[in-house]
Amino acid sequence: MRFLQRLLIYALLALGAITCLIPLLWMISTGLKPIEQTMSMPPTWIPYRSYVQKDGVLTEIQPADVDKYPAAQIVRKTAPRWENFKNAILAMRMFGTYLQNTLILCVLTVIGAVSSSALAAYGFSRIDWRGRDKMFLVCLATMMVPFPVVMVPVYCLFRWLGWIGTLKPLWVGSFFAGAFNVFLLRQFFMTIPKDLSEAARIDGCSEFRIFWQIILPLCRPALMVVALFQFMYTWNDFLGPLIFLTKQEDYTLALGLQFFQSQHGGTEWHYLMAASTLVALPIIVLFFFTQKTFIEGISMTGIKG
Amino acid sequence: MTQGEKRKLWVGLAFISPWLAGFLVFTVFPVCASMFFSFCDYDVLTKPVWVGTLNYRDMFTDSVFWKSLYNTLYYTMFSLPLGLVIALIIAVLLNQKLHGRSLFRAVYFLPSLIPVVASAMVWLWLLNGNFGILNHMLEWFHIKGPQWITDEKWTKPSLILMSIWGCGNTMVIYLAALQDVPRALYESAEIDGAGAWVKFYHVTVPMISPVIYFNLIMGIIGSLQVFAQAYIMFGGGGPNRSVLFYVMYLYQCAFDYHQMGYASAMAWILFLIILFLTWVATRSTRQLIHYGGE
Repeated sequence: MRFLQRLLIYALLALGAITCLIPLLWMISTGLKPIEQTMSMPPTWIPYRSYVQKDGVLTEIQPADVDKYPAAQIVRKTAPRWENFKNAILAMRMFGTYLQNTLILCVLTVIGAVSSSALAAYGFSRIDWRGRDKMFLVCLATMMVPFPVVMVPVYCLFRWLGWIGTLKPLWVGSFFAGAFNVFLLRQFFMTIPKDLSEAARIDGCSEFRIFWQIILPLCRPALMVVALFQFMYTWNDFLGPLIFLTKQEDYTLALGLQFFQSQHGGTEWHYLMAASTLVALPIIVLFFFTQKTFIEGISMTGIKG
Repeated sequence: MTQGEKRKLWVGLAFISPWLAGFLVFTVFPVCASMFFSFCDYDVLTKPVWVGTLNYRDMFTDSVFWKSLYNTLYYTMFSLPLGLVIALIIAVLLNQKLHGRSLFRAVYFLPSLIPVVASAMVWLWLLNGNFGILNHMLEWFHIKGPQWITDEKWTKPSLILMSIWGCGNTMVIYLAALQDVPRALYESAEIDGAGAWVKFYHVTVPMISPVIYFNLIMGIIGSLQVFAQAYIMFGGGGPNRSVLFYVMYLYQCAFDYHQMGYASAMAWILFLIILFLTWVATRSTRQLIHYGGE
C-alpha cells in the first residue's frame, strides 16, 4: 500500500514535471528545425535531414523536395540546424545592440539596487531613531501602489527631463532603493546581534564604517539575492522599455524580440523560437549556477507574510 | 530630544535618504500628479485642462472599459485560485522524502523564470491552432483542439493555462513554509490516529495559513495588473477584444490615444478595486489565519 502510494506520488510529480518542460523543449526543438519541419503534421520533435540512395550514394534532399520521392526510399538522420541561431541573430538585425543595452541596464540597475537598498535597510534596522518604524510602514505601504497609478506622471517627468528615448528612465530609478529590496535586506540585517554594532560604537567606529566593514560582509548572501532578483527583473522587464524607449538602437532584448515577432511573426517560427531560446538561456544558466541563493531568496519573500 | 537622539535621527535619515528621495520623486509626486491629471483633459503636449469628474463619468458609459474590467476579473477569478491550489498541491507532494526532490523543485520553478517575452512567444506557437503541439496532443485523446489564439471563446483560457504553467514561484514560497512546520505536530497527530487528509487539513493548512494569505494578496495584486504576456501575444486585445485587460486598455488610452487624464482616472479606479478586493480577502480569511506566535 505504502509502495503504491509512493509510486502514485512519483507518477504525479513526473507528469507535472513533463508538463512544465514540454513548452521549453518544444521551443528548443522548433528553434533547431528547418522551416518545413516546423509545420509538419504530425509534429517532429527531433529535427532531421532526409536522404535517398542515388546511384549507390546517400544524397541529401532538400526539405521542400521530400514529397518527390517515395516515402520508403527516404532515410532520416537526426540533424539539428544550429545555424538557425546565427540566422535568427542576423534576422533580428540589431541583436548585438539589444544585448549590449540589456547588459548595460542590468549592470547599472544591480549596482543601483544593491547599494541604495543596503543603505536604506541599514537605516531602517541598525540605528534607533525616532519615528523609524512608522517610516518603515510608509515604505512598505508604497508597495501597494500599482505601477499604472504612477505611470503617467513618471512618464511626464522623464519627458520633461528629456529622457524619453534614452536608457536613463530604466536605470536611474534603481538608485532610489525600492521598497521590496529594502524589506528583504532589513529582514536579514535584523538577525545580526545588536551587540556587534554596540561594541564597534564604543570603540569609536563611525556608523558608515560599521555598515561597510561589519554588517555588509555578514550580509553577502542577502545582497546576492537582491542582485540576482534585480538582474532577472531588468533582463525580463517589458513594460518599462515599451513605455520609455523609442529608438530601435536603444531597445533591450525583450523589446527587440517582441519587435522582431511583430514583423516576422506567424511564419518564421524556427527563427522566433531560436531567438526566444537565446533570450531565455542566460537566465536558465544563471539559475542553475545560483539555485540555492535563488530558492532562499524567494522563500525569504514569503516568510514574513 | 537629547543630543544623542538628535544625532541618531540625522544619521538614520542620512542612511535612508536614497529611499526617501525616491519616495518623494517616484511615489509622492506621481501619486499627487496622477490624482490631479485624473480630473483633467491632458494629452502631454498641451497643458492639462480641468474637467472635473468628466473622466470618471466617461468610464461608466465606456463599453470598452467595462469589457476590459470584465476580462480582467474573469482572468483573475480562474487563474488565481487554480494557481494557488495547484502550487499548493505540488508543494505538498514535494515536501516529502523523495528521490530527486531538488531536481523536481528546479523543474517546476523553471517556467516562472523564463522572460515573459520568450514564454509568450513559446505559448503563441504551442497554442497555434493548426501546427501547435497542444492540439496535436489533444488528438491522441481524439479531441479536436480549438483555435486557441483566434477564437474569442478560447483566448482567455489560453492565458489562464499559461499563468498556471508559471506558478512555480508560488510553489517555492509554499515549500519554504511547509518546511518550517514542526515535525512534532505531525507525529502527535499520527498518535491520535490522524490520516493523511486529516493531517493536511488540521495541521498543514493552519500552520501555513499566513503564507497562503500572502500568496493570495500577491496574486490579487498581480493578476489584476496582467499586461505583458497578453500585450505580446494579442497586441490590441485579441479577437473581439476578448483579452483586452484593464492595464492594456489603460496603456492604450495613455500612449496610443494620448488621453493621459482618462488613463490616470482608470489607474485610480484600479487602485480602489485592488484595495477593495484585498480588504475583502483579509476580512474573509481573518478567522482562518493562524499565526504561530500568538
